[in-house]
Amino acid sequence: MSKPTDLTIAEARDLLSRRALSARELTEAHLSAAERLSSLNAFITLTAERALRDAARSDERLARGEARPLEGIPLGIKDLFCTEGIRTTAASRILDGFTPPYESTVTRKLWEAGAVCLGKTNLDEFAMGSSNTTSAFGHVVNPWRRRGDNRDLVPGGSSGGSAAAVAARLCLGATATDTGGSIRQPAAFTGTVGIKPTYGRCSRWGIIAFASSLDQAGPIARTVRDAAILLRAMSGFDPKDSTSADVPVPDFEAAVGRGVQGLKIGVPKEYRLSGMSAAIISLWERGAAWLREAGAEIREISLPHTKYALPCYYIIAPAEASSNLARYDGVRFGLRVDPGGDLDDLYAATRAAGFGAEVRRRILIGTYVLSAGYYDAYYLKAQKVRALIARDFDRAWAEVDAILTPATPTSAFAIGEKQDDPVTMYLNDVFTVTANLAGLPGISVPAGLDEGGLPLGLQVIGRPFDEETVFAVAGAIERAAGFDALPAVRA
Amino acid sequence: MGYIIEGRTGPWEIVCGLEVHAQVISKSKLFSGAATSFGAAPNTQVSFVDAAFPGMLPVPNRECIAQAIRTGLGLKAQINLWSRFDRKNYFYADLPAGYQISQYQHPIVGRGEITVELADGTRRNIGITRLHLEQDAGKSLHDQHPTKSYIDLNRAGVALMEIVSEPDIRSPEEAGAYLTKLRQILRYLGTCDGNMEEGSLRADVNISVRRPGEGYRTRCEVKNVNSIRFVMQAVEAEARRQVEVWESGGEVVQETRLFDPARGVTRPMRTKEHAHDYRYFPDPDLLPLELDPEWVEELRRTLPELPDAKAERFQRDYQLSAYDARVLVAERATADYFEAVARGRDAKLAANWVMGELFAALNRTGRTIETSPVSADALGRLLDLIADETISGRIAKQVFEEMVETGADPAAIVDAKGLRQVKDTGAIEAAVAQVLAANAEKVAEYKAGKDKLFGFFVGQVMKAMGGKGNPALVNEVLKRALG
Repeated sequence: MSKPTDLTIAEARDLLSRRALSARELTEAHLSAAERLSSLNAFITLTAERALRDAARSDERLARGEARPLEGIPLGIKDLFCTEGIRTTAASRILDGFTPPYESTVTRKLWEAGAVCLGKTNLDEFAMGSSNTTSAFGHVVNPWRRRGDNRDLVPGGSSGGSAAAVAARLCLGATATDTGGSIRQPAAFTGTVGIKPTYGRCSRWGIIAFASSLDQAGPIARTVRDAAILLRAMSGFDPKDSTSADVPVPDFEAAVGRGVQGLKIGVPKEYRLSGMSAAIISLWERGAAWLREAGAEIREISLPHTKYALPCYYIIAPAEASSNLARYDGVRFGLRVDPGGDLDDLYAATRAAGFGAEVRRRILIGTYVLSAGYYDAYYLKAQKVRALIARDFDRAWAEVDAILTPATPTSAFAIGEKQDDPVTMYLNDVFTVTANLAGLPGISVPAGLDEGGLPLGLQVIGRPFDEETVFAVAGAIERAAGFDALPAVRA
Repeated sequence: MGYIIEGRTGPWEIVCGLEVHAQVISKSKLFSGAATSFGAAPNTQVSFVDAAFPGMLPVPNRECIAQAIRTGLGLKAQINLWSRFDRKNYFYADLPAGYQISQYQHPIVGRGEITVELADGTRRNIGITRLHLEQDAGKSLHDQHPTKSYIDLNRAGVALMEIVSEPDIRSPEEAGAYLTKLRQILRYLGTCDGNMEEGSLRADVNISVRRPGEGYRTRCEVKNVNSIRFVMQAVEAEARRQVEVWESGGEVVQETRLFDPARGVTRPMRTKEHAHDYRYFPDPDLLPLELDPEWVEELRRTLPELPDAKAERFQRDYQLSAYDARVLVAERATADYFEAVARGRDAKLAANWVMGELFAALNRTGRTIETSPVSADALGRLLDLIADETISGRIAKQVFEEMVETGADPAAIVDAKGLRQVKDTGAIEAAVAQVLAANAEKVAEYKAGKDKLFGFFVGQVMKAMGGKGNPALVNEVLKRALG
């Protein structure tokens, strides 16, 4: 038997139900791995006591033969999900001392499915970032190393803690959220699988909002099957979120092995950027070839408004954020810095001390683009562009069943790199933001290594609420790629 | 024609429009399940959504939406099947989210109108521009601590309807009539209790003046006027102030003002240090509000009868005067009371009793129609006793007073006090004989042609009979005896 920390969720589920492994053993192995590799800074809060209590309960149920779908599976929870009785930070000082008296819908579903809560994973502050370097609790270190280079690399962001924890085998899977690529980009940087489902698939209730019209929860795991298992447990209509969709949740896991015979896969020509690395281009071509060999038809398609996606995203997301983050004012919860003046002074002092530089930048951008006199030129225009981007995809679906793109324009970079110019950092999201703007499901699957031995991911985008096809295509890529490289740092 | 302010330099006309905030009657708030009752201990009716805790999301309350639609239908307005919630962003301590959810660009209700009646009997139509739904803010209490403010979030998130009129109002009286009528409609619909003292109905008054025939001049907004009388006074005071400004060569500047009822003047509101830019944008937590036309039709079908229709029906079915009908429909409870009394009886008599004895008794006892000491049923039975000539109208008033005092049944009072009308001709003849005998001189005067004395004899006979004589019989017997 492999080490408990090397198991996939599917394997662990099997061993647990056969009683060949106890939930306690599995949980203890991950807790000790997380403690041993605390230098990765993947967790903000480890909830060891809670985890062992969850595990004991799971063992009882397993003994009674009453296992639920995720019985005894230890998970990391991005610290953007409110967890009842467990400090929740959004990696920001502004939430200093905040312990939610409620449980987010997605995590509640996971606990109801029997999962074990290991702790809260690190992230970019308020999920704003692509490198997990904006966290008030310090940056997260990618467990991968570039060949011949000892520098710490970023795990990607914003779900960098979740991705690093899954890659380094500190948990079997993790929750994450994706507003412009925050699941898929870190998954690509850490050789893990991450899916952002269709907007409305998972409830946003209890998830600290960044940009409400773009935010979606999803899982990060080590295999496509594991991601499918987790997503099924996380999904479903929630009357507490008006934007959640009242549609049935299919058995995603069953779709993973379905194959791609007869599927039409689109390769959008606009995603071929100038200056893109040869490794990425050849990986993309290889991906298309694998799918063709597996029986799919590959078609070049056009998504003509792609080049406007990134600027459009960086108007809409900050606009919503500037309003969503207004509630952090030092009045009712979290940090309060009272300089002893009037109410405005309280606001200014609290928010200046509580928010980091990147969050402040986005609040300023968002406030600006919504301001009188600028609204039409920025926000309204961006909304129109967003509609055009969505229309591009609508037209593509008349021709193809799924779309194949690279997940990121580069592999993981070193901490401190790309830090001087925020725009360079924003370019990380160039392939992923379109799915958020159009509300579509997108998955990142590890498919190869670059010349430095770092993982690269391919992205599969699907029709709204057709995660099954996305999983089918991702499963085919996973089987063809046979990706088995391991990160330098792992349990 | 119309209401004119005669200035030093000539006549001026008032142009006025009202923005009314009406608190929606609903068990829970616009986007949360928290309760909405008035007067609860501070911060006891607050959900995590209302307090804008991280990750909390608004979910529209269907009953609040229904109330807005009912109100729109009651205002004969267009119901927009597609509307949208926007965020109005500003920082204040009693606004937990840092934004108010409102409907800026696409309100749920569009154009409608209200017909108002003026004292001289004329009617005018005042246009409704729009009605939209929005959240109320919480309350800041500045007098509880020397340096800090206290915040009560009970009201935060309660549903308000903002009802905006066209600038069709041309006089203080029309402003008052508009607000009165609007409040009446809201109360009939059961969509707002209209209580201005508790703040469930608040008015912002937009006023400008102009030379007759001119286009619009700059307007000022008088905020938060909290009674109908004050609205009328504010229109008058602000219009006169503006006339004075224009006539003395100045210029009215667009600003927000407050009405000081003690001094009867408006004065500028303390200007905020920073001009607000509300940065409205569609609330991404909420989908556009799409109404099922069948639901709107169902709400239309189940709408209660509104005051105008009711007044018309009262005139038609009960042959009431326009005035009586209007008085009786002013409050739905009064109209219902009247109808319960009038049904199957002499409607004119019922109207007179309700508007006369009943209103006087309510006034005297400080009760309302809802808490009336005499039920409609009891009053009806009293009128039945008049109709079947068990008692006279005059005795009935005496019985009614007893009913107000004791709540006893009218027939029981009549029996207990022996008030039953005397129809026995013999007894009447005896009383007449007695009265005529005691007033021989008057009889002589009458016979000499002083017809007016007949009334005197009637009174004396009634007095002698303790008011119980049947008036027709008394007349008849007297005529005979004197004739």
